[in-house]
Amino acid sequence: MSDALTMLRRDLLHSRRNPSTLVSALIAPILMLLMFVYIFGAATDLGEDYLGYVVPGILVLCIGYSVGQTAVAVATDMNEGIINRFRTMGISRAAVLTGRVLGTVLRTLLCVAIILGLTVAMGYRPHAGLTGWLVVAAIVALAAFAGAWLTTAMGLSVRTVVAASYASLPVTLLPILSSAFSPTARMSPGVRAFTEHQPFTPIIETLRGALNGTPIGGHLWWAAGWSAAMALGGYLWARARFTRPPTPR
Amino acid sequence: MTDSGITVSGLRKSYGDRVVLDGIDLTVPAGAIFALLGPNGAGKTTMVHILATLIPPDAGGATVAGHDLATGAAKVRAAIGVTGQFSAVDNLLTGEENLLLMADLLHLPRRAGRRRAAELLERFELTEAARRTPLTYSGGMKRRLDLAMTLVGEPRVIFLDEPTTGLDPRSRRTVWELVRGLAAGGVTIFLTTQYLDEADQLAGRVAVLDQGRLVAEGRPDELKRRVPGAHVRLGFTAPEPLAAAAALLPAATPDEEALALRVPGDGTAADLRALLDRLESGGVEPDTLTVHTPDLDDVFFALTGHAAATKEPVR
Repeated sequence: MSDALTMLRRDLLHSRRNPSTLVSALIAPILMLLMFVYIFGAATDLGEDYLGYVVPGILVLCIGYSVGQTAVAVATDMNEGIINRFRTMGISRAAVLTGRVLGTVLRTLLCVAIILGLTVAMGYRPHAGLTGWLVVAAIVALAAFAGAWLTTAMGLSVRTVVAASYASLPVTLLPILSSAFSPTARMSPGVRAFTEHQPFTPIIETLRGALNGTPIGGHLWWAAGWSAAMALGGYLWARARFTRPPTPR
Repeated sequence: MTDSGITVSGLRKSYGDRVVLDGIDLTVPAGAIFALLGPNGAGKTTMVHILATLIPPDAGGATVAGHDLATGAAKVRAAIGVTGQFSAVDNLLTGEENLLLMADLLHLPRRAGRRRAAELLERFELTEAARRTPLTYSGGMKRRLDLAMTLVGEPRVIFLDEPTTGLDPRSRRTVWELVRGLAAGGVTIFLTTQYLDEADQLAGRVAVLDQGRLVAEGRPDELKRRVPGAHVRLGFTAPEPLAAAAALLPAATPDEEALALRVPGDGTAADLRALLDRLESGGVEPDTLTVHTPDLDDVFFALTGHAAATKEPVR
């Protein structure tokens, strides 16, 4: 475990040295935020409340982009000579990966905070109390943890760094096909069946309830359940990939 | 004798039906520099990977620093350091941070880790570059940082997989000095190389690996003696002195077109003096004299009967 913490420090140093991971997790969500609020928002009848509606969706989008970077980082680790050095030192690959996942959670929380700050500057006023903020932080951390294990497994499943940036696209883009920008009730039945039952919709709805002070209902349990399932699935998938003996090159 | 050395017996490894190591036996005494010589694809890296616990052998076994690979892998890892053919530094961390990362992973106390890092930066002439990332380093500096990272844990056995491949002559020499310094400190060194002169410069014992088998083992001078490639080439300005010299040296092969005479010999000072004495006593003055020592190709050809570049297995 102390090795995983060392690897976490390494991951954080990487972020500091190479802020592009942070920036690329911010750019797309911020563009979407501006586009939806100032362009498409004019077309909805949610009016001035549209900013409040769309913020949770943007935050989850940010989680998607942030965890997408992890696939690239993990694929880079596995393709560089340094992983062999770690292994000859008796450092498990699990420690390297855990460091990456924990680093992603911290980076994601930072990204989410930056975006929240921006939305406040744009006029958004969250109605969350202390419990509400705790729920927001917990759900963001949990979703980032789950997404990061999935993208870690994806990064381990491909042979090149370039392939890794494509492999994680499903996780990056899935949050868009949800209730992020529009209530699912207005969608056609087929689309609605998908958007309502995909993992990110309850995560978005939980954040929406917590931030805007509206009832969360069962969404919280679905959000927690989906996140736990994704985290476990991603972890087991990643473990199955990295316990295989390395291929010669 | 073998408590910090290496003993290998009957080691085999294949990938699919490609046999990479076909029954290797060797012993490296503690504190020695041992060179495994072979062309690309001979199985050198596989050998290092097995001894460094990265991959398991299919058959046979080895002890490294007194611990069995199969039963004591963790103890082997604690005793060894590996610098691979591919750079194993973290390009996003500074030189100093790379060393501190090693210290943390080795669970050195913070202060001891910092001291060790500073010491190694100094010794490897990287103090100036300590706060820059390896992306700004030259090939030689990167290799020195790589080696310094290997040494943070003060290993008793060090594996160096082609430590100077791709380096310029000056950096090669620096690495050689460092390797000699380590051996002088009692560390056992197992290095692989494609260059006979590197093995010659560094190693007390050399083994030649070809298509998964050891085809020769011994001291570098013993190996070279088995190779007929060494000769002295005498150049002349006219055919007459060439003919006169050829008459004096019946073992030599004249090349009339190039006005040169190829005289077999090992190129030692005594050998050269004898040759020049004979020429002088016969009144022949060569224009130029060059000494050719065998290179890896000659060694390979002599030991295996095929050129080093041949990669297809001969069955």
